[in-house]
Amino acid sequence: RTEIAEYRANRSVVPRCAVPCPARPGADTTAIMPAVSKGDGMRGLAVFISDIRNCKSKEAEIKRINKELANIRSKFKGDKALDGYSKKKYVCKLLFIFLLGHDIDFGHMEAVNLLSSNKYTEKQIGYLFISVLVNSNSELIRLINNAIKNDLASRNPTFMCLALHCIANVGSREMGEAFAADIPRILVAGDSMDSVKQSAALCLLRLYKASPDLVPMGEWTARVVHLLNDQHMGVVTAAVSLITCLCKKNPDDFKTCISLAVSRLSRIVSSASTDLQDYTYYFVPAPWLSVKLLRLLQCYPPPEDAAVKGRLVECLETVLNKAQEPPKSKKVQHSNAKNAILFETISLIIHYDSEPNLLVRACNQLGQFLQHRETNLRYLALESMCTLASSEFSHEAVKTHIDTVINALKTERDVSVRQRAADLLYAMCDRSNAKQIVSEMLRYLETADYAIREEIVLKVAILAEKYAVDYSWYVDTILNLIRIAGDYVSEEVWYRVLQIVTNRDDVQGYAAKTVFEALQAPACHENMVKVGGYILGEFGNLIAGDPRSSPPVQFSLLHSKFHLCSVATRALLLSTYIKFINLFPETKATIQGVLRAGSQLRNADVELQQRAVEYLTLSSVASTDVLATVLEEMPPFPERESSILAKLKRKKGPGAASALDDGRRDPSSNDINGGVEPTPSTVSTPSPSADLLGLRAAPPPAAPPASAGAGNLLVDVFDGPAAQPSLGPTPEEAFLRFVCKNNGVLFENQLLQIGVKSEFRQNLGRMYLFYGNKTSVQFQNFSPTVVHPGDLQTHILSGLGHPAPRQLSSPRGSPQTQVDGGAQVQQVLNIECLRDFLTPPLLSLPVTINKFFQPTEMAAQDFFQRWKQLSLPQQEAQKIFKANHPMDAEVTKAKLLGFGSALLDNVDPNPENFVGAGIIQTKALQVGCLLRLEPNAQAQMYRLTLRTSKEPVSRHLCELLAQQF
Amino acid sequence: MQFMLLFSRQGKLRLQKWYVPLSDKEKKKITRELVQTVLARKPKMCSFLEWRDLKIVYKRYASLYFCCAIEDQDNELITLEIIHRYVELLDKYFGSVCELDIIFNFEKAYFILDEFLLGGEVQETSKKNVLKAIEQADLLQEKTETMYHSKSFIGYKKAY
Repeated sequence: RTEIAEYRANRSVVPRCAVPCPARPGADTTAIMPAVSKGDGMRGLAVFISDIRNCKSKEAEIKRINKELANIRSKFKGDKALDGYSKKKYVCKLLFIFLLGHDIDFGHMEAVNLLSSNKYTEKQIGYLFISVLVNSNSELIRLINNAIKNDLASRNPTFMCLALHCIANVGSREMGEAFAADIPRILVAGDSMDSVKQSAALCLLRLYKASPDLVPMGEWTARVVHLLNDQHMGVVTAAVSLITCLCKKNPDDFKTCISLAVSRLSRIVSSASTDLQDYTYYFVPAPWLSVKLLRLLQCYPPPEDAAVKGRLVECLETVLNKAQEPPKSKKVQHSNAKNAILFETISLIIHYDSEPNLLVRACNQLGQFLQHRETNLRYLALESMCTLASSEFSHEAVKTHIDTVINALKTERDVSVRQRAADLLYAMCDRSNAKQIVSEMLRYLETADYAIREEIVLKVAILAEKYAVDYSWYVDTILNLIRIAGDYVSEEVWYRVLQIVTNRDDVQGYAAKTVFEALQAPACHENMVKVGGYILGEFGNLIAGDPRSSPPVQFSLLHSKFHLCSVATRALLLSTYIKFINLFPETKATIQGVLRAGSQLRNADVELQQRAVEYLTLSSVASTDVLATVLEEMPPFPERESSILAKLKRKKGPGAASALDDGRRDPSSNDINGGVEPTPSTVSTPSPSADLLGLRAAPPPAAPPASAGAGNLLVDVFDGPAAQPSLGPTPEEAFLRFVCKNNGVLFENQLLQIGVKSEFRQNLGRMYLFYGNKTSVQFQNFSPTVVHPGDLQTHILSGLGHPAPRQLSSPRGSPQTQVDGGAQVQQVLNIECLRDFLTPPLLSLPVTINKFFQPTEMAAQDFFQRWKQLSLPQQEAQKIFKANHPMDAEVTKAKLLGFGSALLDNVDPNPENFVGAGIIQTKALQVGCLLRLEPNAQAQMYRLTLRTSKEPVSRHLCELLAQQF
Repeated sequence: MQFMLLFSRQGKLRLQKWYVPLSDKEKKKITRELVQTVLARKPKMCSFLEWRDLKIVYKRYASLYFCCAIEDQDNELITLEIIHRYVELLDKYFGSVCELDIIFNFEKAYFILDEFLLGGEVQETSKKNVLKAIEQADLLQEKTETMYHSKSFIGYKKAY
């Protein structure tokens, strides 16, 4: 109680907010402001708050609260009916307790009772309580909705606003279900008060955000757009927010808003600073509305109508011009409001990305801010320039500020500003300035805040890779990264350098030399040991000629680090050692000694122990040849999206990826990723560097346009961007697999999966094709057709249909032309082989001639007799080829059986060889086939011989089969 | 805007307004985290920071921090002025507002905010219009309260 008294007495000495009060009407405002009477209004509440504030400890506070809760509970439960005032007071106390962070489990009913009070403040407190303590009790919700309904229908604008505020504050689905249909009506009703319209617009916005399906679009939408013309600026302000949100999902329905927004904006921008009276804020006319209008325009491309566009460009120019005018006030509010509009204008200019003149002006304006004394402006200028850097029109202009930005990175006191500077350097980087930027970022890394080191490391690694003209620079940069910030160099980064060194033989010698030197530092980071160990194990031989880095020196250097390293690194080093035995036979004895040591062979760590045991045995048992094969240099890594970039994207969220990307880099940039020779930078053109950033890898799973015929769809599906990594094997690979088997996945990408099940008997076959829609949208007009060569007859037994027996029994069932998202449809093909054929059906159905094989068992002498009969040179096809897969007899057998021929045992005198026979059944003729496969394990080669009565068949079968081993 | 928090230099939360559905637990976690982050910043630092996937805009007025979370495409500077306009509204209403006004009249602070911002968007930027709405409400309330007071007043007088 003393505190309240003190509070009142001391109002003037309590530290005041640093608010400039431009026009305070008289010093005794407090006396006439109703706030004071309000304080008197709920004395009990003030006393309670004061008590809580006087509590010396948390325990005391809880005790006081529990006492109060008990009191309120007894009052609510008491026999005496509480009057509205008391109810309001207690509900307000409960609210206060809840906002302090304590749980409240009663009082909802009393709050709901207050809603139907006709005293404004009681109703108001009731609504506040309901908004803050939303309850899911359905009975309560029914009562609340009832009260809201009454207030909405009351025609009393203050009550209506309260109800609308409540709906907007709760924003739940239940509220949406109850009111989403009514609010548009209130919003556009001719007799609604302005304040009601404002609340209704934003209330609808909240409901739409929460559950867009509940807000019905209708004729009201057109009238909402016309609110942009409303006399009342507040109504316009509220309506713009709603329209901006709605037009994102239904751009066409709201298209008319563009010209209205432009003319409104134009009127504001050109108005004198006092024209708009109370909507002028520190001499800036309607800053909030201006920003919102500019934001709305960013939902659309530049206006098509030349007059509208001209007017808009004029507005944008006016804003840029005004930025150069001397300020009308020294207050920060004035400059903030003015610059808020300026930044939003620049966003719109960047969004259009079509007015080079405006883009460069924007860039110059931001350049001025880069050295402004306001930290906020420097921060925003750096941020905004990041997006300007990605426009081909302004990229060069942004680059001129490189020194200022580097300086910001060095001198800014605020880490969030430095972070923006690092982002901007990353964005403005291209081949011309990569070395400078990378070296500045490396320097910054030495003192950078721990929180952002990892991100800087990733960025440096990406830039170094992307703009490497010579790879020695790239290797140096990554090793520097490890040296400076080894702890922040993630696996992705050092894996990547290994991949690149492995894939590029021009840098391998340099890399070996450099890591060797780096490892000589007395204390080097474990990541350096990993990279060094791996590279020397692969390419140590390239520097072994120099006596300073002779094999024993290399080994002892690596081994001197061994004991300080973690298990994972030691395991890697053991692999390096065994590779050394292969590279440098002279180190064999030493290394075997190390492997044999008890500390390795009996190491407590299973991985280390196993490696030591296996490597030791391998080195003693295997011949030099075997060793050379097993320990051969690693093959090049397959091309794929840089894992570092993927990581950066994960760190920064999906939005950041595009912000960091510039989509404008020269075409050579993506080469490096795959290890192809980089070409010098060419003109800045929008280019496919996107795939480096993985953007192209994920085409939106859009449904094909409804008008597109089936052919188009399939062409689209199969002819997707070449860079698009298919999920499974490439179609060609998948096709080849089907030569020896009948079931499996034929094709798969992000959109579509095609599965195949097939069976063949004699010259007939039946094939089930399963088309799975992997997207969430429907495929329309989906009708795959099979184009087959004349010698192969296919009947589409049934059209497309969902896998159901019905489809099978009604051969020409109505074709299903739509495939729902996630659904699968089935197509059945009957196939008849009329005569021998070489070309498989288009769409690459896995129907090859061997499918019509009938295996034929025969004894050795029959075989040789027939073999001799087919001795004309053109009847034989032979191929000698290197094995592509491990040579396993069982696998080979399975493949030959899958190919369709019979396997004949005891025919060939050499048991290692395989002999098969079969007849190809076509409608016109039968083709007898004999085959012999001779593996040579030593040379890893096969010889395959095919003899058939028809020359092309021999050759074709031989081709097909040879690709399988 | 996703939410707005007012807290004191000591880290006591004075007002919280959430424009996105979040569980109480999540709200408490966010509050704790943000209060800590913002209080740790030095006076001359910039008023914006990235936090999770949101942008935080904050400003200190005397002992109170006003802190808003906005989305990626939202305008930082105009948010700063949203804060300022709200402070002006409080100031005008309470007459030189101070932290204690907001503690003892927290419900009023909420009502004023609702007139100014709704669903996270600016509803009415005119100071006059916002205060008119609040004053109208206060007039309605005064009527009822004058009844109370006049009653007790009369009663008191009679007894006198």
